[in-house]
Amino acid sequence: MTEHVVIVGGGTGGSVLANDLADRLEPELDAGDVRITLINDDADHVYKPVWLYVPFGQREPDDGRRPLEDLVDDRVDIRIDRVTEIDTDAERLESMEGDDTIEYDHLVLATGSTLVPEEIPGLADGGHDYYSESGAVDLRDELLSLTEGRLVLSVVGTPHMCPAAPLEFVFMADDWLRERGLREDVEITYTYPIQRVHGNPHIAEWARPIMEERDIDVETFFNAESVDPEAETITSMEGTELDYDLLVTIPPHAGVDLIEEAGLGDDGWVDVDKHTLEAEAAENVYALGDTADTGVPNAGSVAHYQAGVVGQRLASEIRGRPATATYDGKTLCFIETGMDAASFVEFDYETPPAPAPPSEKLHWSKLAYNEAYWLTARGLL
Amino acid sequence: MTDMEPDETVDARGAACPGPLMDLIGAIRSADSGEVVRLLSDNEQSLSDVPEWAEEAGNELRAVEELDDHHEFYVEKA
Ligand SMILES: Cc1cc2nc3c(=O)[nH]c(=O)nc-3n(C[C@H](O)[C@H](O)[C@H](O)COP(=O)(O)OP(=O)(O)OC[C@H]3O[C@@H](n4cnc5c(N)ncnc54)[C@H](O)[C@@H]3O)c2cc1C
Repeated sequence: MTEHVVIVGGGTGGSVLANDLADRLEPELDAGDVRITLINDDADHVYKPVWLYVPFGQREPDDGRRPLEDLVDDRVDIRIDRVTEIDTDAERLESMEGDDTIEYDHLVLATGSTLVPEEIPGLADGGHDYYSESGAVDLRDELLSLTEGRLVLSVVGTPHMCPAAPLEFVFMADDWLRERGLREDVEITYTYPIQRVHGNPHIAEWARPIMEERDIDVETFFNAESVDPEAETITSMEGTELDYDLLVTIPPHAGVDLIEEAGLGDDGWVDVDKHTLEAEAAENVYALGDTADTGVPNAGSVAHYQAGVVGQRLASEIRGRPATATYDGKTLCFIETGMDAASFVEFDYETPPAPAPPSEKLHWSKLAYNEAYWLTARGLL
Repeated sequence: MTDMEPDETVDARGAACPGPLMDLIGAIRSADSGEVVRLLSDNEQSLSDVPEWAEEAGNELRAVEELDDHHEFYVEKA
């Protein structure tokens, strides 16, 4: 009997896993004992970190897109389709295209994050973001025409993708405006929902003095409640109101609805064992990347490491051996601290992060990684 | 033991900081004025985070219960 592995989501986690499995299970695939299907709702694979550079005119959205066909091993069946229902008892999926039901023996959910700006009244109209392709393009136009006034960067909720990216944006904006001789005329304010400038206390301690040094105003305990696009103000649940000329937000995030509908977890995040990545509520279901609720950051590096763990576990299960690979919380992040300097952090469940001193070399390492990413997605790096 | 009946309970046991506080903020966001949200957390940091935020936001921390392996915070939305 052929065992069918179905991966939903062809972003970072899903693509790395598909390639990892194609490699690992080569004999079984050749013998027809295993079949792998990767389902994604877009024919392109999207590399989101490129969007950080789009508002500053340093990258084009197309730099972050490649056809899945070019990235994923030929032995994997790619299906461009949107999964609409998961039935973990019957082990099958419904989808938008075609009228067949997709049956699986092993399911991996790698559906990532979605943005839900509508949770905050006025946000969709008043705010800009670089967390979507269209958002990044619109923000580029706004940023280019900003010559004076107040730029507010507000982190509306956590968890969100790439916890370093809000810091990176204000550091880059500060440097970029200085280079253009506009910094004196543009005030920058950074808001964060808790009492620090970052969820991780070690990163917060490192970032706060840099903000002070660079005259970036900080509002902590700021949980956006509403935005008034007419008056150009953003108000927090804590009762603070800020005026803005350009509002950039990290909008609230959620997973995809079908996860909650399938009883796999709240808000579209799958409840998993944080070491094995197995879903708590169903058999033969794994989740990885942003969609797996492990408490570690929603980062591509996390999705990448987790794909390796799930790949090893699935290969063992398919071969009838006990699965022993586990995820230790490993996370790597480069943090841009300006237009030509960056820091770097590495941490896991046990070891806290210790940000490296910013340097030009680390900035170039981040840019080099962005180029080499396509090899990562292919499973070569 | 408090005899307060929460309108909603958020179980953030197992979540690392700032998860429990963010979960509480999310629940308060969607609660109505006067409703009580109960937060379950086993993160030590919550003992200072929750009172600090409740005060900042003008919500009232009505009770903190110490249980064997976690704390329960009762927060009333202003
Ligand atoms: C501006 C920005 C900068 C970032 N910078 C960094 C960085 O420097 N370093 C880093 O490590 N991470 C960074 N990230 C985070 C990183 O991009 C994500 O954490 C990563 O993409 C998560 O991978 P994933 O596989 O979980 O989800 P994704 O890559 O988002 O992929 C999910 C895929 O599933 C598809 N999908 C969803 N639902 C369905 C469905 N029902 N049916 C079919 N397909 C579906 C989606 O279309 C998508 O293709 C950044 C993110 C942003 C937004």
